[in-house]
Amino acid sequence: MCLAIPALIIEKDGGWAKADIGGVVRDINLDLVDRPAEIGDYVLVHAGFAIRKLDKEDAEETLRLMREVFK
Amino acid sequence: MRPTINTRVKQVSEVIGLVHGSGGEASRKLVEEMVGTYLANPVIEALDDSATLDLNGVRVAFTTDSYVIDPIFFPGGDIGSLSVNGTVNDLSMVGARPVALTLGLILEEGLPMEDLHRILGSVKRSAAEAGVLVAGGDTKVVERGSADKIFINTAGVGLIPKGLKVSSADARPGDAVLLSGSIGDHGIAVVSKREGIAFDTDIVSDTAPLNALVASMLDVTHDIHVMRDPTRGGLATSLNEIALKSGVGVMIEEAAVPVKPQVTQACDMLGFDPFYLANEGKLVAFVPEASAAAMLEAMRRSPYGRDAVLIGRVVADNPGMVVLDTAVGGRRILSALSGELLPRIC
Amino acid sequence: MKFAAEFRSRDLVAGIARNIHRASTGKWTLMEFCGTHTVTIFRHGLKTLLPDNLKLVSGPGCPVCVTSRADIDRIIALCDVPSAVIATYGDMIKVPGSRMNLSERRARGADVRVVYSSYDALALARRHPDRKVFFIGIGFETTAPSTAAAVIKAAETGLDNFHVLSLHKLTPPVIGALLEDGTEVDGFICPGHVCSIIGARPLEPVARQWKKPCVVAGFEPGDVLQAILMLVRQLEAGESRVEIEYARGVSYDGNANALAAIERVFDTTGSEWRGLGNVDHTGLVLRSEFAGFDASSFIEQEIEPVPDPPGCRCGDVLRGRISPLDCPLFRKACTPERPVGPCMVSSEGSCATYYQYAGEASE
Repeated sequence: MCLAIPALIIEKDGGWAKADIGGVVRDINLDLVDRPAEIGDYVLVHAGFAIRKLDKEDAEETLRLMREVFK
Repeated sequence: MRPTINTRVKQVSEVIGLVHGSGGEASRKLVEEMVGTYLANPVIEALDDSATLDLNGVRVAFTTDSYVIDPIFFPGGDIGSLSVNGTVNDLSMVGARPVALTLGLILEEGLPMEDLHRILGSVKRSAAEAGVLVAGGDTKVVERGSADKIFINTAGVGLIPKGLKVSSADARPGDAVLLSGSIGDHGIAVVSKREGIAFDTDIVSDTAPLNALVASMLDVTHDIHVMRDPTRGGLATSLNEIALKSGVGVMIEEAAVPVKPQVTQACDMLGFDPFYLANEGKLVAFVPEASAAAMLEAMRRSPYGRDAVLIGRVVADNPGMVVLDTAVGGRRILSALSGELLPRIC
Repeated sequence: MKFAAEFRSRDLVAGIARNIHRASTGKWTLMEFCGTHTVTIFRHGLKTLLPDNLKLVSGPGCPVCVTSRADIDRIIALCDVPSAVIATYGDMIKVPGSRMNLSERRARGADVRVVYSSYDALALARRHPDRKVFFIGIGFETTAPSTAAAVIKAAETGLDNFHVLSLHKLTPPVIGALLEDGTEVDGFICPGHVCSIIGARPLEPVARQWKKPCVVAGFEPGDVLQAILMLVRQLEAGESRVEIEYARGVSYDGNANALAAIERVFDTTGSEWRGLGNVDHTGLVLRSEFAGFDASSFIEQEIEPVPDPPGCRCGDVLRGRISPLDCPLFRKACTPERPVGPCMVSSEGSCATYYQYAGEASE
């Protein structure tokens, strides 16, 4: 029920940031993010707010689990 | 035990809603009702992109369109280029060589003169590119609030080569389904400027005149069964209309349908499906399997057909239905647009 | 790492599907609670990749669908307030009240604006100090924090022409309510973005008391299938735990900042879930400290609760009892253009999703 997509922070000004969503650029707000997010970080954006900072390690771990072959 | 209810409740709206103009099921039903009740005749009932008239042995394509788009200026074009290209394309889709169009302008009091100049400049350039004559027009001014800046109505005429018949009802099992390029560009370009959900993107509208592309296709063969430009309602709606009118099934390979990455991203952000977004410079063509390779080659040599691809085929099963083999390996039905395309967050 | 495309790869999906086929021997019924999961499943045709012994049913996780008619009537009533501007997410425009929807009210002269973010509604209020901006706060825990943030900002800046109608609903108690009501489901594909906010911990009662495995899933095709695999593995081993598939999006404890915003601005109350009735502790209402920003004080008339139309079986669809295809109104009297019940209203309601994506050749 909740569309949220990954976005890359390319500019930051206090509580506001410019986010690059695969080439689409939008202003987003950082007031609600769970951990401090800086330029170069990826965040999950929902309704104009970053709701979570995304860690590469978490994503890679999930991919690793997905690629396991079940016997 | 199921409760008994009258399932044949007639759905009648008391007033026109925006949904009637969105290009989906409601639009289709409204048009069919109006045509069926008040305007029935064999020419209009074909409900193709243009009407085909026989005038003393000369086959003439005749079409009309109104442009009420907001915003009137958008990345890649404006209401002026849209009106000319849209009309040229409606004529081209029935195989006609577009000759002339008229331009009816309804201007809202308060429209800046500069905007009008800009739009007419666009009209001039688009008409020149397409090689069509703006043969006449009309101008009306209405009070502030009675129109949204500018509305344009066009009527276009073209000539159909002898013996050529291209119609939505002619798709046949075995036909190859060809698409001239990426989908969703126009829809996203326009949405990207819409108040409340605006965003920055490199995506520009694909508005373009397709008559040169169609001419190069007709040079390969006149045996083209269907051509359609998927405007309001998107590619999915056009494919469904063709499947329905022709009484055939259509299988589409999602992975083969070109969608620009930024269009995909914008769709993911707003909850849109690119299959339902408007395109203003693309066509889908149904041709016999044997001609597909040559047709694609010819299309790719034309400026607006460079990214032409084979996206599917026509089958005899499931007539009226469009089935999509999804990019991840699943399968689903690709229906016509129902309701309006609304951005969502939930 | 782009965090999305990698989870959509055809080969990855094929591999997980193979694993599911190998892992599942029993007949299992899984519920995807969240409407966005329903859309992912249908849009990518994921059911065609699953073995026949696995059944998926859709749950009530569509905040638009479960909003009562009376609440829609409240929004329509706000349109009558002098100089009102209704700011809403696009999702709400076509939801039917007892007489009409917002789109129709707009056709009759109401000023209704679609916004993407609650802060956009704040900006609207700042730009038009002479108008009363009513922001419709709809959505589950994913969206409630952004409404809270807007109220906090409005309070900080003394923006007294900004008001919120809170229609927010909370989800974990509803899963329990469904099970108490007798819904027969073996495991739950849990909403990834709700859990980005609340964490996975609130799902423990479902796993521990009801003994139903819960896996928090992301929204790419790979995520949904991997979550199904994880549920199947638990079920085959007789386990019932809370697991997180969506590691990149969810931590066990959730987002403390967002939770603090909700806690500061809202109190919980019972709320009316269309098709389910009243469920305790599932509504969010503005605390008295923020009463000045509460739009409900502008609604003078008593809004009567409105029963669903005769023949409407949304309640059973929302509870996963029947598929939309089993409803006698589906595709006949009830279509996306003229929805009778809530499941057809939102583009991610079960019925609307089935209508758009499944057609007549499904199941």
